[in-house]
Amino acid sequence: MDIFLQQLANGLTIGSIFALVALGYTMVYGVMRLINFAHGDMVAASAFVGLTVYTQVMGQATSLFSVIVIFLLTASVMACVGVLLERLAYRPLRDAPRLSAVVSALGASLVIQNGIMLIWGPRMQIFPELVPQVYWDLGGVVISLIQVIILALSLVLMVGLYLFIEKTRMGAAVRASSIDQDAARLMGINVNSVIALIFIIGSSLGAIGGLFIGMYYRGITFNMGWQYGLYAFIAAIIGGIGNIPGAMMGGMLLGLFNAFIAGYISSTWADAFTFILLILILIVRPTGILGERVAEKV
Amino acid sequence: MSSEVLFTIEDLEVSYGSIAALKGVSLQVHKGEIVTILGANGAGKTTTMRTISQLLKAKSGSIRFKGEELTKMPAHKVVKLGISHSPEGRRVFGVLTVEENLLLGAYTQSKVNTKTLRWVYEMFPRLEERRKQLAGTLSGGEQQMLAIGRSLMSDPEMLLLDEPSLGIAPILVKAIFEQIKEISRQGVTVLLVEQNAKAALKLADRGYVLDVGRIALEGTSAELLASDKVQEAYLGKKHE
Ligand SMILES: Nc1ncnc2c1ncn2[C@@H]1O[C@H](COP(=O)(O)OP(=O)(O)OP(=O)(O)O)[C@@H](O)[C@H]1O
Ligand SMILES: [Mg+2]
Repeated sequence: MDIFLQQLANGLTIGSIFALVALGYTMVYGVMRLINFAHGDMVAASAFVGLTVYTQVMGQATSLFSVIVIFLLTASVMACVGVLLERLAYRPLRDAPRLSAVVSALGASLVIQNGIMLIWGPRMQIFPELVPQVYWDLGGVVISLIQVIILALSLVLMVGLYLFIEKTRMGAAVRASSIDQDAARLMGINVNSVIALIFIIGSSLGAIGGLFIGMYYRGITFNMGWQYGLYAFIAAIIGGIGNIPGAMMGGMLLGLFNAFIAGYISSTWADAFTFILLILILIVRPTGILGERVAEKV
Repeated sequence: MSSEVLFTIEDLEVSYGSIAALKGVSLQVHKGEIVTILGANGAGKTTTMRTISQLLKAKSGSIRFKGEELTKMPAHKVVKLGISHSPEGRRVFGVLTVEENLLLGAYTQSKVNTKTLRWVYEMFPRLEERRKQLAGTLSGGEQQMLAIGRSLMSDPEMLLLDEPSLGIAPILVKAIFEQIKEISRQGVTVLLVEQNAKAALKLADRGYVLDVGRIALEGTSAELLASDKVQEAYLGKKHE
């Protein structure tokens, strides 16, 4: 029972991170039918940007104010990078064959990954301890402050995003654009702005995911985006790519699954089991758990 | 007919890659008119409509609405200017409800015009009965009503209707055409693309016949109805 509760807590923490990152994949796919392979590397870059803001801007302060500035500044920087990425790598190929955009996405991934290496070096860096190491022992289950923060902030962001998409005018524009771009244009929706908006939201959430990775695991490397990106991408597919609640659910599910495999079997097997889970889910529900219409648009 | 020109197309050329779809189309619409564009499959009717809405970009020529040139405008600005387009194949947002579709039609408005919503529901009571239903689950005819209703929600001055009778039972076509008349009575100028020439000419003030990218014929509805060419090609009557 202790292992169960302990892994539940760990799983929810990693799951939150997967979910935040998965939202970036799913939102871009939803509107553009494009897998933004550079997203994972953007997440990695965020951790390094956060590190630099910490050392260069905040003078290594770990006050609450400093932490808030690190989060806001990193998310803003990454939102700008995201918009720039769309302008440079994807917009010119909007009407090109699908494969061109895929190649461009893979190229962008490499460029960002190598960019991180050039700026911050190839070696692992240690992310600062932004949150004091506070632990609570709840009768055999140990929960840390950082876990509570990650889970709570992720939930707030996800509920906020859900309400934004479902209840606001701009959210309606996002939904309409993801269903039928031309029809959305005929409603007077500026689809280019919608695309910029989803890159802003997706990159900001990914940036927060990247900072969480830094805070939780502490060691950050230039190529870590590949691994986290892949997991989050799988989470998005499990939930039904293009579907926002699906990405949240897929992330949580994958996080829990990983934690339980690590707890009951072995963490070395986590990757293999993750792929088996993915395959099983896709056999039962080819469109993911909440996915409806993956039918290719013509 | 009042003679104030609302909308003009001049020498419009549009291509898909190397294939020319419109080869110099010119037409005019006066304020308050119902004008129909007839033509066989592939004549370029939809291409014309999509180019007006700027979903397609013209190769050359001009499209002017109330003196403003549309060809360099992004599509969403055209809607703001007062042209609304109910597209071929309806293109309703299937996974959204009927009412969500209608509200999206009012996207350019700072506030949804409840009078217009009332009006749409009065014209198409079935939409009100099914307002919480997903648009994708409506019948073809109901979806067409929704597409038209949705395009009215922006309170347009000019309405583009691309084949509202497509794939719809004759009885519903009649109902829909009656509502187009009502829309026109409320002061909306209508540009109607149809293959159903007889019904369209009965409704319209004037018409143009498009033939592989060119205007082959134009005139008042009475003139077109009487013309041998139209009778032969579109009304299935043999001229002797
Ligand atoms: N996306 C496209 N790519 C290439 N050619 C196209 C495309 N869309 C239309 N065409 C061609 O342009 C011409 C005009 O097509 P358009 O759809 O405007 O005809 P239409 O008059 O609306 O016909 P219909 O009555 O069948 O709807 C046709 O020859 C068609 O094959
Ligand atoms: Mg057509």
